[in-house]
Amino acid sequence: MSHEKRTLEFYVLALFFALFVLFLYGPLSAILILSFQGPNGGLTFPLNGVSFHWFANLFEKQAVGDFGGSFRRSFVLGLMVMVVTVVVSLLAGLAFRQKFIGATPLFYLSVASLVVPSIIISLGIGVVFQQLGLKPAWYSSAFGAHLTWTLPFGVLIMFAVFNRFSPSYEEAARDLGASSWQTFAHVVLPMIAPSLIGVGLFGFTLSYDEFARTLMAAGTYNTLPLEIYGMTTNVTTPVLYALGTVTTLFSFLVIAGTLGAIVYVGRRRARS
Amino acid sequence: MTVAVDQSPAASIRLKAGRRGRRLDSNIVSYLEALPLTLILGAFLLLPILMIAVVSFWDYDFASMYPDFLTMNYVETLGSWVTWKTYLNTLKFALLVWMITLIAGFWVAYFLAFHIRSSAMQMVLFLVCTVPFLTSNIIRMISWIPVLGRNGLVNSTLIEMGLIPAPIEWLLYSDFAVVLAMVHLYTLFMVTPIFNTLMRIDRSLVEAARDAGASGWQVLTNVILPLAKPGMAIGTIFVVTLVMADFSTVQVMSGGQSASVALMMKNQMSLLQYPAAAANAVVLLALVLLMVAGILRVVDIRKEL
Repeated sequence: MSHEKRTLEFYVLALFFALFVLFLYGPLSAILILSFQGPNGGLTFPLNGVSFHWFANLFEKQAVGDFGGSFRRSFVLGLMVMVVTVVVSLLAGLAFRQKFIGATPLFYLSVASLVVPSIIISLGIGVVFQQLGLKPAWYSSAFGAHLTWTLPFGVLIMFAVFNRFSPSYEEAARDLGASSWQTFAHVVLPMIAPSLIGVGLFGFTLSYDEFARTLMAAGTYNTLPLEIYGMTTNVTTPVLYALGTVTTLFSFLVIAGTLGAIVYVGRRRARS
Repeated sequence: MTVAVDQSPAASIRLKAGRRGRRLDSNIVSYLEALPLTLILGAFLLLPILMIAVVSFWDYDFASMYPDFLTMNYVETLGSWVTWKTYLNTLKFALLVWMITLIAGFWVAYFLAFHIRSSAMQMVLFLVCTVPFLTSNIIRMISWIPVLGRNGLVNSTLIEMGLIPAPIEWLLYSDFAVVLAMVHLYTLFMVTPIFNTLMRIDRSLVEAARDAGASGWQVLTNVILPLAKPGMAIGTIFVVTLVMADFSTVQVMSGGQSASVALMMKNQMSLLQYPAAAANAVVLLALVLLMVAGILRVVDIRKEL
């Protein structure tokens, strides 16, 4: 990388990149602004006054269905999915470091989990629960449905991490007399901690926003994305935008918090 | 060449594990470690798909379904002109979105990998692209409504500038809106794998090409593009399977005027015609897996991670 001067190509591509970012964030900022619409305002610009009316509206239960309850369910479900995704992906990543019978089929099964259309998984889980006489619920069937979406990401990330992981650190620890558990807890785990936090972020956010797989598997009580999906067909006020703003800000908070944690862990490791 | 470098750590891990002579021991540990993943995918992926295959041969009426072995569901699905049109429409969306995301995704990834000099800036800009992907898809879809609508930002701006006399009707609730929203939702799935492959290209290859007298364009077409193919293939798998499975974007952005296979399935499901939906699911799954198998002939995923 030793070009001294920026070429014309750079400026053209920089412009293209800027347009791409505008394309990504522009519409989002439109609903952010419109969620502050005045009480008499509609779904489009211009702003008819500025107010918190629609945010207040959000917390009146009858106005938009059960926002509080569905948020709580999605939040708890996201945490459950996050924990299971981190633990199971880590274990699978460790397993894939050795050759074992069935490793290749298991790997391709994980990839299949990504490419099988989500609505098929949703339908399948719904029918299985129905035939077994079980009641689908967000904490059972939807939980499993979400795992089929988050686990492949986790497994592929761990696979990539261990592909680049030099075994010489572990050998050094063993030569110094560490047991397998000590080697794992004091050498391997701290080194892969940032990736694990990343897997956790994927697990939580993918579950928190997932709805195609939840559709037939949520049972009686909706998760938040299902609630929003229902609203798109029958809500015609900016309360929809207020909800969008709130959940998007929540997602941003989660992402910022996670990145903060990754930076913190990295710094602490650099210091010690 | 890159392939050989990539393989060596994994190979050496295996070698050393064998040399340590605790083969059986470590084997049992591997099986235990792989067990949770196997159980979860078995219960929530394999079993449901097998169940769908079984149910697709069942009989049903308005209330419930009955175990049977009928080919009626397939005959009805494949014998209907509507089904074929819906499949064609879905493939059309897949093709359009794939072409646009591939071109846009490549240039974004190329800019990040080859034109941003500091790796800190690279990470920041990459994160800027990634963050929207971690927020709600439905919200991102809805956010196009105030932009594209009849009185939306685009139309009112164009009218104010005097470029058009009346609002353009096909901006929202049209195939155009569906493709635009899908590109918005899925481009990142193309950017990430391509960026990943571009970052692994040995920069000395580019310099060697330059020293040998290649122009910037020749470096791009003869060195970088061929080496970026695996990333493009992985991105293609993501984008194509996501578009083939999509029902919500088609429903919301076309305002019910366009159809996709998954949307057809969803409508059958809401009418409790599960066996009919299951037959559709089997056909769709076969088609998607065929497409993925075709792409996998070009690329070995395990080597690219």
